[in-house]
Amino acid sequence: MKYMLIMRSNDQAVEDYENLDFTEVIAAMGAYNESLIKAGVLLGGEGLTDAKEGFVVDFDSTPPVVTDGPYGETKELFNGFWIIQAASPEEAAEWAKRCPLGPGSKLEVRRVTELEDFPQDNEWIQKEAGWRAEAEGRLGTAN
Amino acid sequence: MTETDAPGTVEPADAAAGDAAADRARRAVAAVWRIESARIVATLTRFVGDVGQAEDLAQEALVEALRQWPAEGVPNNPGAWLTAVAKRRAIDGWRRRERLDERYAAMAHDLERDGAAASDTFWDPDTIDDDILRLIFVSCHPVLSREAQIALTLRIVGGLGSEEIARAFLVPTATVQQRIVRAKKTLAAAKVPFEVPEPNEYAARLASVLQVLYLIFNEGYLPAAGDEWVRPDVSAEALRLTRMVAGLMPREPEAQSLVALMEFTASRFAARTARDGTPIPLDEQDRSRWDRAQIGRGQAALARADAIGRGRGAYGLQAAIAECHAVAASVDDTDWGRIVLLYEALGRLAPSPVVDLNRAVAVAMSTGPASALRIVDELVANGRLAGYAPLPAVRGELLRRLGRTSEARSELEAAARLTGNEQERASLLAKIAALAPPAVPPAE
Repeated sequence: MKYMLIMRSNDQAVEDYENLDFTEVIAAMGAYNESLIKAGVLLGGEGLTDAKEGFVVDFDSTPPVVTDGPYGETKELFNGFWIIQAASPEEAAEWAKRCPLGPGSKLEVRRVTELEDFPQDNEWIQKEAGWRAEAEGRLGTAN
Repeated sequence: MTETDAPGTVEPADAAAGDAAADRARRAVAAVWRIESARIVATLTRFVGDVGQAEDLAQEALVEALRQWPAEGVPNNPGAWLTAVAKRRAIDGWRRRERLDERYAAMAHDLERDGAAASDTFWDPDTIDDDILRLIFVSCHPVLSREAQIALTLRIVGGLGSEEIARAFLVPTATVQQRIVRAKKTLAAAKVPFEVPEPNEYAARLASVLQVLYLIFNEGYLPAAGDEWVRPDVSAEALRLTRMVAGLMPREPEAQSLVALMEFTASRFAARTARDGTPIPLDEQDRSRWDRAQIGRGQAALARADAIGRGRGAYGLQAAIAECHAVAASVDDTDWGRIVLLYEALGRLAPSPVVDLNRAVAVAMSTGPASALRIVDELVANGRLAGYAPLPAVRGELLRRLGRTSEARSELEAAARLTGNEQERASLLAKIAALAPPAVPPAE
C-alpha cells in the first residue's frame, strides 16, 4: 500500500523554521529521507516553495475566483509531501513519527487510492486511467 | 507484570478494550519489527556473534514488547528499546550459564551503566549499514537451501512474521517456522562468519542474494492458485528489500538493475489479469493501466546502473528489455529491433534456450515469422526445451502467421496438452478454434 505523508505547519512554525539554521534543517531532513531510501520505502515526494508564491482558486463562486496567497484565515500551510510504501497504517505512522519536525507542525497520513479502490466497470474510471496515462506519457517524453 | 485485572472480574467492555489495546500493541510491534528487524538483528549478531541466537533474542524482546507496550505505550525509540531488552536477555543467559568471562562482563557493565541509551552507540549509520549488508549475505549463504534463504531473508531482513511468509508462499506456518529453525542451526553448525564475502567469492554470493530477491518477487508475480490480493504484496516486499540492498551497494550495477527490472514488471500488475483472474498477455494489456510513476522509478534505477559504467549484466539487459515495452505506446510502436539486440546480448551473457525462444518472438515482431521460425526450429532440433509448453505455442503461432494452418493446429494442440495452467489452455483452445477448418486434402 502507498501512503502520503502531508506536511502542514502553522504560521508560527513556518516563522520559527525561517529562523533555524538552514544547513541543520537540510541535514536533518536529508538524514530522514536517506533512512526512507535505505529502507526501500520512499516512492516519491516534493517540498513546496513559499506559500507567498502560490495562489488560490476558490470554488465558492462560479466561475471560481483566483486570489493571491492563502493568507488571513489559514491556520496551517501545506509545505510538502512524501509518498511511501508501507504494509499497514501502523507502519506508515512509525515512519511519520520519525520525521524531524517540531511544535506547530503536523504530518497528515493518508492512504493513496489505487485503481482497485474504484468500481472498475465505471466508464469514467476507465477513461480517467486513460487520461492519466496519456498526460503522464506526454510528461515522460518531454523529459 | 501488567496483569492488574483479576481474571473473572473483568467487565465485558473492559475485556474488549483490553483486546483492542493488545491488538494495537501487536500491530505497533509488527510495524516496528518491519522497519527495524534488520538493524536489530544485525546489531545483536555483532554482540553475540551468531545470527540464529541474535534472532532468538530479538523474538524474546518482541514478546516483552507485546507485554509492556499496551500498558506503557510505544517507546520513543522502539528499535533501541528492543535491542536493549534483547541484550539484557543475552547477558542474563550468559550469567545463568556462568560464562560471564571478562569480555561479557565488560559488555554487561557498559550496558548497565548507560542503560537503554547505550544502544544509541550501536546505531552508528556506517557500522549499521555494513552490519545489515553482512546480515543479508548470511541470510542468503550457500550452505542454506533456497527455501531457507528465502524464509530467513523475509523474516530477518524484511521483518515479516512466519504467518505472513507462509501466506505468501502458500505453505503452512509450521513449515516456515521449521525452515527458519533449521536454517539457524545450519548457519551455526557451518560456523558461517558474520562477514561480507571475500573478493574471490563476492560475485557468486551477490548473485545468490539477488536471485533470492528475484525469486521472492516472482512468487507474487507469477499466476498461481493463491489469493490475488495477498500475493502482489510479496512482490512489493521483494521490491522494497531490493531497493534496500541497492541502497547498501550503490556501486553494484546488477543490484540497481534488479530494482529497475522489478519496477518495470510491477508497473503492469493492474493490467496483467482480467477481473476473473485470466492472465492477459503483454500484447493485449490495456497500457493505460500501467503505473507510469513506477515506470519512471524503473528508468531512474536503470540510469543509476548505467551511470556506474561497468556495462549491463543479465538483470540490466532484462530491465532494458522491460523498459522497451514500458515506454512503447502499443505493440506496433515497440522497438522490436532493439529488443532482438538485447536478447542476443543476454543470450551471449547467460545462454539459455528460454532466452532464445523469447528472442524468436521478438524477431517475429521485427522481421517476420519466417526468420523467427528458423530459430525455433533449431530449438526443437536440439531438444533442450522438450516438454516446455511455450515452445509449441510459439511455433504454432508462427506457423499460423505463415498460413501453414494444419501444422499450426497440431503445434497449438501439443501446447494445450503440455501446459499446466488451465487459463493458458483455454486461450490456446480458443486460438485453435479460430483457425480455418482443416483443409480437405486436395483431390488428385
